[in-house]
Amino acid sequence: MAAVLSAGPVTAARARRRHRLRVLAFMSPWLVGFSLFFAYPLAATVYFSFFRYNLFQLTPVGLTNYKFLFKDPYAWTAIKNTLWLVAVMVPLRVLFGLGLAQLLSKIKRGGNILRSIFYLPFLIPPVAATVAFVFVVNPGTGPINGIFAKVGIHLPDWFNDPTWTKPGLTLLALWGIGDVMIILLAALLDVPKTLYEAAAIDGANAWQQFRQITLPTISPVLMFSAVTGVIQTLQYFTQAMVAAHVSQGNADQAGTTTAPGYPDGASLTFPQTLYNEGFQQFNMGYACVLALVLFVVAMFFTLILLRRFHAFGDDD
Amino acid sequence: MTGTTLAVRPSAVGSPLRPGIRRRRGRRFLYWTATHAIAIALAIMFLAPLIFMFLTAVMSSDQTLTGALWPSSWHWGNFWKALTTDDGVMLRWLGNTLIYAVLATVFMLISSVPVAYALARFRFRGRKLAFVLVITTMMLPPQVTIVPMYILWARFHLTGTLWPLILPLLFGDAFSIFLLRQFLLTIPKEYTDAARVDGCGEFRAMIRVILPMARPAIAAVALFQFFYAWNDYFGPLIYTKPETWTLAVGLSTFRAAHHVEWNLTMAATLLTVLPVIVVFFLAQRVFIQGVTLTGVKG
Repeated sequence: MAAVLSAGPVTAARARRRHRLRVLAFMSPWLVGFSLFFAYPLAATVYFSFFRYNLFQLTPVGLTNYKFLFKDPYAWTAIKNTLWLVAVMVPLRVLFGLGLAQLLSKIKRGGNILRSIFYLPFLIPPVAATVAFVFVVNPGTGPINGIFAKVGIHLPDWFNDPTWTKPGLTLLALWGIGDVMIILLAALLDVPKTLYEAAAIDGANAWQQFRQITLPTISPVLMFSAVTGVIQTLQYFTQAMVAAHVSQGNADQAGTTTAPGYPDGASLTFPQTLYNEGFQQFNMGYACVLALVLFVVAMFFTLILLRRFHAFGDDD
Repeated sequence: MTGTTLAVRPSAVGSPLRPGIRRRRGRRFLYWTATHAIAIALAIMFLAPLIFMFLTAVMSSDQTLTGALWPSSWHWGNFWKALTTDDGVMLRWLGNTLIYAVLATVFMLISSVPVAYALARFRFRGRKLAFVLVITTMMLPPQVTIVPMYILWARFHLTGTLWPLILPLLFGDAFSIFLLRQFLLTIPKEYTDAARVDGCGEFRAMIRVILPMARPAIAAVALFQFFYAWNDYFGPLIYTKPETWTLAVGLSTFRAAHHVEWNLTMAATLLTVLPVIVVFFLAQRVFIQGVTLTGVKG
């Protein structure tokens, strides 16, 4: 470095100051951004949570907003739905992504085309993917249920039936498996070939090789996919909102449905209650309480990820 | 492949091992057939919704309500109709989306590249903390800070415009910083050292030496940012009004505005998807390398 090359304490001090200024200059966009768009709003969220605020009137209400959380039926429906998605959608996505990646890793010719096909739905704008998917599986309009009925399988009315709405959303999420699949495929291809060869000589069958070699080697990546999957599912908003919107069909403007979480609250996720409270009812104070709940839970999972920090390839 | 090499091994020729090898070859063939059959079946299922979408888009509006598979007559004009319906409202959404996506991408690059460079190259106190905070902001849901952000933008009288979505990108995007830093760490330090010995300032060294080498990563974050904006629903839903709606928000209202005209809804949906598919096939490698970079090293 420059500081090492130059002799004398005066020039060394100057070099250090120049270095500090340089770091500051390069980092400045983020320093401003972090303070203005993260630190400040986070503190403000805590502050506003003690007020009733509708953009015009700011009234201090103490812990009322927090107490209301325990009585709010919408919030609890939303928490249950979001937990359902975390418990079902996330593991299924990781398993399905692993299955597809494993399948692709075995295919030599045409593997690239298949990989693109499996990856493609992930890139489709979520609103477009949801509109299309809801239409296609709607028994009244789309062909899917008709095709299955011909072979004697009767599929439900997915997005109009409260019991089948979340499974329908899960299917939609499995269609967009591309991100998980690509990361796991890269991990699978990274497993040293010599390990498999050694195992084959020892007479291990395919399942034993998978159990003893593949799984342990890719487990950090599996865990990365699972934890980021949980965090993504906590903010699951667009697909649930648009699915309700499209299947209900009589919504009047963007983002509103006559009853939130159509059908019967089945698609109401946690971020949606936050949106409804904050930006439909303008209960900004209470929306801040919901935001803090989301923050605490998401932070918990982010910390799990950060504890495996070395996995990001940090050099010290 | 290993099957063939096994078969020509001298020890296997004419020995009692032979039937065993034939059996193993048979099993291998079965395995090969099964894997390919499953993969192709799945590929068809993955493409099916897109194909049905297309077939519906060219149907007559009456036929879309029958659950039919194949169009009885082909109405190619539906795409044009979807674009020009309601005085070309879709074109306005497209214009808004392009403003958002292009400006967001340019701003993100200007602000995030130096930060990623500093995190990858400089040693300074708080560097590790800064990186941890970058990952944290990348992970946390955008809904956590949305209420005060909305209040802030409302105070600047910018709600209803696209600016609350675009301006923050002048101040670095956590995901892009993270991805760029990961890539920059893979470029040996010697390159910038050489540039510095040649009398380049740090900034010049970054622009002249490192950026050309980091082109794949820069292309990846630019594409991701562009598509993030193109696909974003939550942000525009909060901040925009009908005049400034983007395609994502507009499309979600399309179905309600055209009650039974599923063909137009599907045509509009397909028009929204098409640019993404085209760009993906043109820049496939960039995408897949970029996604892989976000994953941890095994």
